[in-house]
Amino acid sequence: MADAIINGLSGLTVGFQMLAGDWRNGIMLIVGFVLLYLGIKKDCEPLLLLPIGFGCILVNIPLSDVMMKEGFIRAIYDAGITTELFPLLIFVGIGAMTDFGPVLAQPSTFLLGAAGQFGIFLTLLLALALGFPQLDAVSIGIIGACDGPTAIYVTSKFAPHLLGAVSVAAYSYMSLVPIIQPPIMRFLTTKKERMIVMKAVAKPVSKTTKMLFPLVITILGGLIAPKGLPLLGTIMLGNLMRESGVVARLTKASENEIANVVTLFLGLCIGATMVGSAFVRAETLIILGLGFVAICLDTVCGVLMGKVMSIATGGKVNPLIGAAGISAFPMAARVVQKEGAKWNKKSYLLMHAMGANAGGQVGSVIAAAVMLSVLAGMGIIR
Amino acid sequence: MDNFTFGITMLICGMGGTILTLWIMSLVMGLLGKLFPVKPEKKEA
Repeated sequence: MADAIINGLSGLTVGFQMLAGDWRNGIMLIVGFVLLYLGIKKDCEPLLLLPIGFGCILVNIPLSDVMMKEGFIRAIYDAGITTELFPLLIFVGIGAMTDFGPVLAQPSTFLLGAAGQFGIFLTLLLALALGFPQLDAVSIGIIGACDGPTAIYVTSKFAPHLLGAVSVAAYSYMSLVPIIQPPIMRFLTTKKERMIVMKAVAKPVSKTTKMLFPLVITILGGLIAPKGLPLLGTIMLGNLMRESGVVARLTKASENEIANVVTLFLGLCIGATMVGSAFVRAETLIILGLGFVAICLDTVCGVLMGKVMSIATGGKVNPLIGAAGISAFPMAARVVQKEGAKWNKKSYLLMHAMGANAGGQVGSVIAAAVMLSVLAGMGIIR
Repeated sequence: MDNFTFGITMLICGMGGTILTLWIMSLVMGLLGKLFPVKPEKKEA
């Protein structure tokens, strides 16, 4: 009987023994707490960092079976990440929330949205140079899209073992855009350029144009880069619902209930991929570093494109708006407005930057779609 | 395919493809804006 009691009690201590046996789980528990702290106390993307942090804690408690064959997070993961469904559902919500009016009022800002994606491809090169396999490098580069769902979609498809690192990098750096971008913007522009006052965008956009936009982009984008059609199609479906105005219930559900539930599941699943044995590696730190480089390069290329546009228009474009050509919407546009106003109180760049930022939103999806189609064209993916 | 060829191909086709696609889209959307301008509101009699 004494043996039975001792054996029974040992069952209660085995978790502690295993925690002491593998220090990596301990590290990941701390990482989970840090993510929770950033989300709760620092308000950094709390909608995602809270479930990611909690998922990370859940999966790193020794003997946790949440990600085992019949674990509850495994069931959610298989249903939504393996099938690529969750990022696509999030995209419907993003489309339903986004007003593409500013970019339609000034279609040339699409080019800033293109330049803001160049960091993806430059980082891909860096990752290859550092010895990452080709599809891993593609997934690391996509952090430069500054777009969580796109990064998750591509990574879950081609490098699911990097999902935790890539997602955490993508969302963390997105929330750090107000800190990362301003020094780069100042470094690359002269005081004279930063002080340029842009004319107000007064050109209204008709409802017909706003409704045709998602259809044209889907068909055109789908013809050029069919591999990215799920990404493009879902964001544009959400936008068509919004602009048509006839399915208010679906639009509301997409941007609220569906997006909220999927965000919870998505965060939990990402957190659950951060198992100590797979995450506590030098490779993870390199990925986080490359993610930072990717977002810096996006900003550099965006501002340089802004400078080209400024020269081409005889100084009518403030190159700072190029920094908003990334997908962090509308945070990057606000950063540009704040930086512009700092140098010239009469400068009101918000609407121009919103155009570039909406262009960046489309640009990130197009860049991912182009990337997938180029990979398919080269025969690397099917 | 070796990493160098892969990287350069991705760089050229990826960056080129992205900018070309968005440029075409900007042209098409500019055209649509001209084809479907905002109609002035009709004044009530």
